[in-house]
Amino acid sequence: MRRRVHAWDVMILVMLAAWAVPYFWQVRTSFTPDTELLATGSVLPSAPTLLHYRAVAEKSVMPRALGNSVGVASLTTLLALALGLPAAYALARLPIPAKNLLLLVVIASTAFPQITTVSPLYLLLRALGLRDTWTALVLANTSFALPLLIWLLAGFIREIPIQLEEAAFLDGAGRLTVLRLVVLPLVAPGVASAALLTFLAAWNEFLFAYTFTATEASRTVPVALALFPGVFEIPWGDIAAASILASLPPVVIVIALQRWLVRGLVAGALKD
Amino acid sequence: MAQVLMKDLNKKYDEVHAVKDVNLHIRDKEFIVLVGPSGCGKTTTLRMLAGLEEITAGEIHIGDRLVNDLPPKDRDIAMVFQNYALYPHMTVYDNMAFGLKMRKFPRAEIEQRVRDAAQLLGIQELLKRKPRQLSGGQRQRVAVGRAIVRHPQVFLFDEPLSNLDAKLRVQMRVELKKLHNRLETTAVYVTHDQVEAMTLGDRVVVMKDGWIQQVGEPLELYAHPVNKFVAGFIGSPAMNFADVTINDTGGVVTAESQGLRLQVPPAKAGALRAYKGQSVAFGVRPEDVHIATGADPAGLTFDAVVEVVEPLGSEILLDVRAGSSTTTIVARVEPTVRSKVKDSIKLAVNPERLHFFDPKTEQAI
Repeated sequence: MRRRVHAWDVMILVMLAAWAVPYFWQVRTSFTPDTELLATGSVLPSAPTLLHYRAVAEKSVMPRALGNSVGVASLTTLLALALGLPAAYALARLPIPAKNLLLLVVIASTAFPQITTVSPLYLLLRALGLRDTWTALVLANTSFALPLLIWLLAGFIREIPIQLEEAAFLDGAGRLTVLRLVVLPLVAPGVASAALLTFLAAWNEFLFAYTFTATEASRTVPVALALFPGVFEIPWGDIAAASILASLPPVVIVIALQRWLVRGLVAGALKD
Repeated sequence: MAQVLMKDLNKKYDEVHAVKDVNLHIRDKEFIVLVGPSGCGKTTTLRMLAGLEEITAGEIHIGDRLVNDLPPKDRDIAMVFQNYALYPHMTVYDNMAFGLKMRKFPRAEIEQRVRDAAQLLGIQELLKRKPRQLSGGQRQRVAVGRAIVRHPQVFLFDEPLSNLDAKLRVQMRVELKKLHNRLETTAVYVTHDQVEAMTLGDRVVVMKDGWIQQVGEPLELYAHPVNKFVAGFIGSPAMNFADVTINDTGGVVTAESQGLRLQVPPAKAGALRAYKGQSVAFGVRPEDVHIATGADPAGLTFDAVVEVVEPLGSEILLDVRAGSSTTTIVARVEPTVRSKVKDSIKLAVNPERLHFFDPKTEQAI
């Protein structure tokens, strides 16, 4: 038994390593001098260099794009949570007519192909004078993130025993106080994971960012990477360094929120 | 402290009529228990009183206020839930202080009240812990503590002991009773356990299918159940029932079934004469059946065969079959009785404690 579990563990490690190879190759490329890039002699570069990172930091639009991405993704997450949490609570707990149908529509709308909304959204945002602004991206990303976020949070809220809320009502709390002091602390892990998903989706979003932006005033990382300038040759090393930089913020956030993601706060609320 | 008045109270869900025309006057400082099988409407009634369920029709008054449209927080009541419903992210202290903080009590008074309640319940040591670090009994105490710190007008208990093991349940039952004697606050307690109902209630309300069946002091319910349901529900082991035919031969009224022929005592004879030739339900409690002695008149005895012997120590329960019939009767007899399975014995009933119920309405005759 123990040996079989062991074999399974090894297999998982091998698979994880296989999946991570492209990422590590990218890391390797970002530290390899241009002259060695096409050589296949060794796994590690003979003379690792920070030249590519310096080029990206000093001569490219990447710093600006990273700033735009952090801004757009953070604002999207905050706005989506501010709108989504009350909506999720209402759908989970309040006596709304045709509630299940409403939830079904919400989840069905996540299946909407993004590409079909690009043209109308573009016309709308241009009419509002929001082309090439953070606002345009935040609004578009939020509208796209909300259905899944509401669906997820409504699920988390429904898992909280309703008696906790009833007890708080009897203790003298109003609906909003209950939401703030009882529901929110208990769904914190759920909120964290929903926020994380929203942030990552906004971070990686390409189609809207490509269509609604025109200059580096609002261009986000995925667009900047796609448009990475190369005149006579493709700067593989610089691109690699740029993509590694682009992947760092999400990685850091996932690690930071990991504790919340796995924490079961509801333990002990009820006799089980 | 306040009285509670329910007038023609009704609750209808889409298809279920859960509570039907409940009229109940709960006196100030009274401990009243709503008891009945699951689905009888007792919890729904309690939740309407708490303000957690809307009232379909009727009125609820707490003190001299009509509370139908008041939200729970304005009713000045506290409730102990079946699963305790402690806030898992707060310490015991914060759990108990929450209601006082919501009502903007000064910090010093909150501290004082929580300490007092904790001392009363013996949980001073636990104030800094989280609910998940407590045992079932401790959580139960905290839940009670959270209710009493507020000094509400009415306590509501929704099956608060049903999650505890048997021994702890008996212990907490006694403590709740002591607590009520000390606090003198009106309490409404819901349970499906008739022993809890009998031991805790100043008065007990027996419910079934949304209707109140009977309201009365525990021993009154026990001695004078108004219908067959209450008779069978209250008391453990339950009352024995048998279908008997009423006969009237020369002024002597008898109740007969296969293997059973009992002379109806004069007090009941008048009313039963109207059922002459008909079948009615006959009921007798196990302790009102005993081993016959010479002093028992022949009209009150019957022959039986012992089927099961249950020695409980302080008493013995004999499951017997009356004569040749299929009717089984449980007799609660002295622990000195040495009957064995398949023994033939003669039993007698206590003539003052016989019950008869109308076959159709099941009302007591």
